[in-house]
Amino acid sequence: MTAVLEARGLGKQYGRLWALADCTLSVPAGHVVGLVGPNGAGKTTLLNLAVGLLAPTTGIIEVLSGPPLARLARIGFLAQDAPVYAGLSVAEHLALGAHLNSRWDAGLARRWIGRLNVNLDQKAGKLSAGQRAQLGLTLAMAKRPELLLLDEPVASLDPLARRAFLQDLMEAVAEQELSVVLSSHLVADLERVCDYLIVLVASQMRIAGLVEDLLVTHHLLTGPRRDPATLPAEQQVISASHTDRQSTLLVRTRRPVLDPSWVISRVGLEDLVLAYMSQAAGPARHRHLEVQK
Amino acid sequence: MIEFHLDGRSGVAPYMQLIHQVRQALRLGLLREGDQLPKVKDVAAGLAINPNTVLKAYRELEYEGLAAARPGIGTFVTSTLGDGSLAAHEPLRRDLQRWLAKARRAGLEDESIEALFVSTFRSASEEGTA
Repeated sequence: MTAVLEARGLGKQYGRLWALADCTLSVPAGHVVGLVGPNGAGKTTLLNLAVGLLAPTTGIIEVLSGPPLARLARIGFLAQDAPVYAGLSVAEHLALGAHLNSRWDAGLARRWIGRLNVNLDQKAGKLSAGQRAQLGLTLAMAKRPELLLLDEPVASLDPLARRAFLQDLMEAVAEQELSVVLSSHLVADLERVCDYLIVLVASQMRIAGLVEDLLVTHHLLTGPRRDPATLPAEQQVISASHTDRQSTLLVRTRRPVLDPSWVISRVGLEDLVLAYMSQAAGPARHRHLEVQK
Repeated sequence: MIEFHLDGRSGVAPYMQLIHQVRQALRLGLLREGDQLPKVKDVAAGLAINPNTVLKAYRELEYEGLAAARPGIGTFVTSTLGDGSLAAHEPLRRDLQRWLAKARRAGLEDESIEALFVSTFRSASEEGTA
């Protein structure tokens, strides 16, 4: 299967700070990809690199098998907070879209806007956050992209608008041959819509893969207290916590866990992501130790 | 036509929930042979879930021989569930009622009865699959 997004050794540096470092990944076509991580992890940087708004400091990024700037006609991009031209009306946004995009689907644009219950003459600056996000999604979809990139599309929406937005998005994915990458720090939303996950923490990629695959290769082990270093080599420890008698470990392994001293449970996507996110929170543990002194 | 719903907190994978709901509807006679299952697009849009999840559930139902896809039209129910075993339900229910009365006489409360049933059911089905 071809990759819609491919990065090799990708990095972006601002001054002395690396917003994204040594990122290598390949996202297969036909998925809804969740790009998750805490604020400041590098999600926006990765998306901006993918649409050519930023140039990489190191490495290469390819979109639909080519450099981003050569692929813009086939990419839909909705930046954070769905920016619109506040002084232009909804209708003028659609007209602008029609003029600027060779593959513009006016029928789709009309149909989607029709469901929004907004006056076409209304200035976009007066729309609610939810309506603005849906106008943005309409514009991005009407250009009939092969790849849709969405930066925190639902973060500023109330639960109802969030559901409506995701419903529209899933309908679009079902209707068209479309790959989607959406960033979010809300894992619960992603659980339903994403079938591929990339976890970014502190400008590093922690893990990437099919959700289904991630769920079957991670196990939560609880049992008598034990040093994680004594586990079989193929069991990679993602997180570990101990009481004086018990150990709870999240391990990643392709092989079945056979040790009978463990109680093995399945891990939900949210717990899995949180474990990877807190793995990076090294300083937190030191703080904890200081308090104990 | 049935309508799917999802329980986000059940811990059961969404595609499995869809499969369970189809099986349940077949058992209860809400779905019959020849009925069309909801269109993938409508389920995806209605529940805001990934269409691949719906496709996966439908493929699994096809694999089980309960449904078949007609390209360009949709997925249809091809088989019924439980018809053959329906006659056995009544005597089994009576057995269960007798067992319940016995458990109450032994002083078990509802919660203990439920826990005993679930744990026995689990260990029996684990033995069955091992």
